[in-house]
Amino acid sequence: MEKKELLSLSATALGKAIRTGETSAVEAMEAVLGQIRETESVYHCYVTIDEEAALKKAGQIQKKIQSGELTGPLAGVPVAIKDNLCTEGVRTTCSSKILENFVPTFSAEAVKNLEKAGAVMIGKTNMDEFAMGSTTETSYFGVTRNPRNPRHVPGGSSGGSAAAVAAEECFFALGSDTGGSIRQPASYCGVVGMKPTYGTVSRYGLVAYGSSLDQIGPLTKTVEDCAAVLEAIASHDLKDSTSIERKDTDFSAALIKDVKGMRIGIPRDYFGEGLDSEVKDAVLRAAELFRENGALVEEFDLSLVEYAIPTYYTIAAAEASSNLERFDGIKYGYRAPEAEGLHQMYKKTRSQGFGAEVKRRIMLGSFVLSSGYYDAYYLKALRVKAMIRKAFDDAFAKYDCILGPVAPTTAPGLGESLSDPMKMYLGDIYTISVNLAGLPAVSVPCGTDQNGLPIGLQLIGDCFQEKKLIQAAYTFEQIGKESR
Amino acid sequence: MANIIDDETIEYVGILAKLELTDEEKEAAKKSMGEMLDYIDKLNELDTTGVEPMSHVFQVQNVFREDVVTNGDESEKTLQNAPGVKDNMFVVPRTFD
Repeated sequence: MEKKELLSLSATALGKAIRTGETSAVEAMEAVLGQIRETESVYHCYVTIDEEAALKKAGQIQKKIQSGELTGPLAGVPVAIKDNLCTEGVRTTCSSKILENFVPTFSAEAVKNLEKAGAVMIGKTNMDEFAMGSTTETSYFGVTRNPRNPRHVPGGSSGGSAAAVAAEECFFALGSDTGGSIRQPASYCGVVGMKPTYGTVSRYGLVAYGSSLDQIGPLTKTVEDCAAVLEAIASHDLKDSTSIERKDTDFSAALIKDVKGMRIGIPRDYFGEGLDSEVKDAVLRAAELFRENGALVEEFDLSLVEYAIPTYYTIAAAEASSNLERFDGIKYGYRAPEAEGLHQMYKKTRSQGFGAEVKRRIMLGSFVLSSGYYDAYYLKALRVKAMIRKAFDDAFAKYDCILGPVAPTTAPGLGESLSDPMKMYLGDIYTISVNLAGLPAVSVPCGTDQNGLPIGLQLIGDCFQEKKLIQAAYTFEQIGKESR
Repeated sequence: MANIIDDETIEYVGILAKLELTDEEKEAAKKSMGEMLDYIDKLNELDTTGVEPMSHVFQVQNVFREDVVTNGDESEKTLQNAPGVKDNMFVVPRTFD
């Protein structure tokens, strides 16, 4: 198969071409490594790539496909993994200096599930340091550029994963989403990204940021790929005590082009001040398409939207300050040289090893958990979280899906966001309440602005209703294809 | 700014967070933490009387399992990541005189 045609295939289409012998796992890996050689110097999607290991693994998988041992939709398909997912024997940095040389002794459960499905890892993708950021600019290893326009950020924190999919430097990728870190970069790069219901994908081996909010999910070229990847990575895992046993994980069965009678709610509070007019128009056009195709679309008041950001940053910072205590320069990672005594070593190691944004959140988290402030800040945020969840419960009593934008704007230019953290945090307004409430949500491309930058449509579902989201997203994608 | 973070607070948070900040970083931290807390204070507009704090979104029970080793002895591999190793143990700086 011709290289350009091969690279343009979706993950499931490539899997099929490999199974029918039109191409092979090795040919696919060679093509993707060739593409990386051509464009990676501009985009910088990856932190670590081991070409030799990837090709060797592709060869082994090809044999298993030919022998009939591997028959699944992702067998032989090259995948990129976000660098906060542990990979046995392959450096896992979280894009931080403190883990620059950390080589895990085990793989994350989601990575293992992909290996079982026969997907072949290309390498580890760049991200905001410890997933703290919305642009991939807080990475210790330098910025990733948006393949749709390299003067712009790819979004974050899974910016390397989203950019790698958009740049055809992989066929699909895994990311993690604590406050929008899959959906927002998917939106900025014009790809599909899903955050599953909390507990659907095991967090075992995911370097924790905000444990009550973190969830691993797919970044893909198509909704069909999204369903196939979710099917592969969803599993009940005793090693993650928040993992949930789900009976119905046949997500590909929801790839049905039909939204007749589907009840879709549009929160008025998502279309107020701060929303770019081009984004607004594209999202409302998408809503109109759903209506034209038989969905029952209406506006409603979700409420509490303005309280989601302060609630999120309190809880996420608190959990981060606790989770990141483990980085102490003893068992793994960076250790500051020439420190006097144990306590000084801890302090110097962490001060030299963490970047500015990580320190900012650890400090805030330590403060809101400290004696005298715990009730006023941390417990207060947990109470508001309960209220936000209730608001969604009320909404899902009336609707199958909630439809809105992913982010208030398209991808900002490089260097525009970090100078004003508060402004960057405000960009998370439409994504973070989903994490607070544990809900599934998907970002699908719904147009471009006048500069050609992609715009994402967000569909939010009730807990465990990924199938409704997949059906709605798939229908929207197919209608878009036909009208082109 | 309603929340003024003084030097004492920043020192205290530095101890809790185990971070050693330069004077410049301290000034920046005072400013940014004050701004964040002002913003978080917005939550006080909401009456949360009688609302139970929600730490987990689902009604799930704690998960117990037998404490059985399933992954074998990985001490050698584990120690390879350590900044300091001696006689199959982690080396740490002097902890007391």
